[in-house]
Amino acid sequence: MTLTRNRTVALVVVVVLAIGAAIGYFTYQRTTADAQAANAPAVEQATDLNSMLATDHVVFRSTALGPTYGKLAVVALADPSGARVVLDSSCERVYATAVDGVCITAERGIVSKYGITELGPNLAPQNTQDLNGLPSRARISPDGSLMSTTTFVTGHSYAESSFSTETIVRRDNGEVIGNLEEFTATIDGQPFDIVDRNFWGVTFVDDDTFYATGASNTLGKTWLMKGSIADRTLTSIRTDAECPSVSPDRTRVAYKTRQGNPAPGQWNIAVYDLATGHETVLAESRSVDDQVEWLDNSTVLYALPRTGSEATTYDIWQVPADGTGEPTVLVPQAASPAVVRS
Amino acid sequence: MYITLRGTPKSEAKEAAGAGSSGTGSVRSRIPSTVVGLGVVSLLTDISSESVAAILPIYITVVVGLGPLAFGFIDGIYQGISAFVRIAGGRWADRSDRPKWVAFAGYGLSALTRLGLLFVSGFWAITSVVAVDRLGKGLRTGPRDALIATASDPAHLGRNFGVHRAMDTAGALIGPLMAFAILAVFPIGLGGYQTVFVWSFAFAVVGVAVLALAVPDLRTRSGKAAEAATSDASVEVAEAPAPPARPRWRDLANPGLRRLLIAAAALSLVTIGDGFLYLALENTGDISAAYFPLLFVGTNFAYLMLAVPMGRLADRIGRGKVFVGGYVLLLLCYVIAGFELGGFAGVIVVLLLLGTFYAATDGVMSALATRLVPAASRASGISAAQTVVAMFRFVASLGFGLLWQFGSLQIAMLVMGIGLALAIPLAGALLHIRTERSAASAGESA
Repeated sequence: MTLTRNRTVALVVVVVLAIGAAIGYFTYQRTTADAQAANAPAVEQATDLNSMLATDHVVFRSTALGPTYGKLAVVALADPSGARVVLDSSCERVYATAVDGVCITAERGIVSKYGITELGPNLAPQNTQDLNGLPSRARISPDGSLMSTTTFVTGHSYAESSFSTETIVRRDNGEVIGNLEEFTATIDGQPFDIVDRNFWGVTFVDDDTFYATGASNTLGKTWLMKGSIADRTLTSIRTDAECPSVSPDRTRVAYKTRQGNPAPGQWNIAVYDLATGHETVLAESRSVDDQVEWLDNSTVLYALPRTGSEATTYDIWQVPADGTGEPTVLVPQAASPAVVRS
Repeated sequence: MYITLRGTPKSEAKEAAGAGSSGTGSVRSRIPSTVVGLGVVSLLTDISSESVAAILPIYITVVVGLGPLAFGFIDGIYQGISAFVRIAGGRWADRSDRPKWVAFAGYGLSALTRLGLLFVSGFWAITSVVAVDRLGKGLRTGPRDALIATASDPAHLGRNFGVHRAMDTAGALIGPLMAFAILAVFPIGLGGYQTVFVWSFAFAVVGVAVLALAVPDLRTRSGKAAEAATSDASVEVAEAPAPPARPRWRDLANPGLRRLLIAAAALSLVTIGDGFLYLALENTGDISAAYFPLLFVGTNFAYLMLAVPMGRLADRIGRGKVFVGGYVLLLLCYVIAGFELGGFAGVIVVLLLLGTFYAATDGVMSALATRLVPAASRASGISAAQTVVAMFRFVASLGFGLLWQFGSLQIAMLVMGIGLALAIPLAGALLHIRTERSAASAGESA
């Protein structure tokens, strides 16, 4: 068989069609992206950061398409869908308290670099340290003294290419307290030392006690764990609970839960009463993959992506913490909420 | 461009004739158009698959919103399926005696999945698409290498596999660059990812078209086999008196192939994957994990540059020697990484050695396997060797991970290093590298 004239013509036709289609699609997407950014409902912007920080507010990551995408932003709780102050920092994840904040940064590219930037009381970036892996969660203790980050790291697991999580706790001076995998963990009183154990999603009760997720792929289970920084311990409380978040009054923990759903990547949100052990599944039927934030003692917040071509735009939703009501949008075009009360 | 692809049968015949008349491995003969054609196919396909592979983790975890465990599951499928389908692909190619069209099915299947990624978003959907892609990769590898072998004069098998691997690796280098260049133009939204999928599909389609239209339909068994095979036949006859034999499972029980499989298994069992070796380098504090992708680039670049020289060397001094020699270089990598020799310069040396290791072992093993089975079972034999390597490397990474987790990195490196130091002489003995002759010296009896 030789490359006959007909075959050559056919090959040239295929090459031209394929490359033409690829370039055409590129142009189409480019135009669509520009149009989307241009037609995106304009987000009202405010400039007076200090007066906004003086009131109750939400610190979040803006997901409005356009120049503010991914930027650190603040909006007043009194008018959560109103004008927002957008800052210069770009963050994958944000968390803040009244005294400080944390912004997980990413420079994407062939070599993606991730960092953890500490934010001062006015949310100005202060210092940055390198971080390993794709950013997932960030939390700060109520007094601002402890910070925790969870990232997905490749290569640590023994099936070389699979992901595992790395959860690191630091002090606000940058000192690393440790990776939660170094803590002494027990499940139902038994040592939890299975090789593929993972920990993620810390929520701080105070400057010592915290809750986090413990998990093992092999066992196919997750646990709500209670931890102590001083004792360097983690103790299981119950199964099927991920990314806990403790309520402001410290009586309950909200988390994502599988509720026996066999499909991976499907979660409900539930609230667990620490005193009675009673679990209430909340009235959100869509799958939530986020670490919940409490708006107050009766309402929780979480981010959900929009559907279809708007999948990179998130909204911050709220739903009552007692299983009643239905979800509504609190802050549109926003993700990674942190509620700060002055 | 199609001038290089023009499949003149004369070039193949000429290569064989040239080698036959001179009788030395040093002769510079033309590379068969089939090999160049398949190299172009692999280059385009690797641009296609590596551009998607580079962005899939971000796409899944950040854009689609699937958690890390879900990604681990998908990635496991990504790695696992290929090995098992490979045997089937080789066998199918041999039984049908149409390796080109089995390879076509494999390339075509993978091409379709690129388009699939545009339309699916759920967990099971993405998992299925990734699984089908791996299925295609598994199917095509054995038949493709069998085609290269059939098109090649035995004296230049090593070099020709080297040419193919170099082009393949070039594609693997270009793919991620293309993907990130496209993403850079789309800072927000899904459009960038979808554009990468469409471009990936376009490259895959062109690759499949080149295979279908420009690569000769070489048949190993049929009497009218490609022009190249006829000139090959004089050599084949020396081993297998009845060339158009049907493939038999018994062919794979050939003692020569069995020795290669055992040697490959022993060596692979103590091979630390790139990822772990890079982690070991990171642990020495000379390099940050963020630069892992650059380390892959460094290794691939060395592989790209050395694939052809190593193949030539294998043809000249003996393929077993070069194959085993590659593992000696790997052992050197362990020593440098394990004892933290040389600081940053040590890291560079490890990358170069690792690339040389791949150049000396990957294509060369296919060349070795080709000469150890009757032509009728060629694709099955090559597939068997590749499957053994893939399976035992997986076991090795499991073992290495466990040793690291329960002991320490040093213990894990030491165990693998001692294992490799033992496996190298074993493999040398199994492959008879002492008495091995140059591939070009008269008819190379396997």
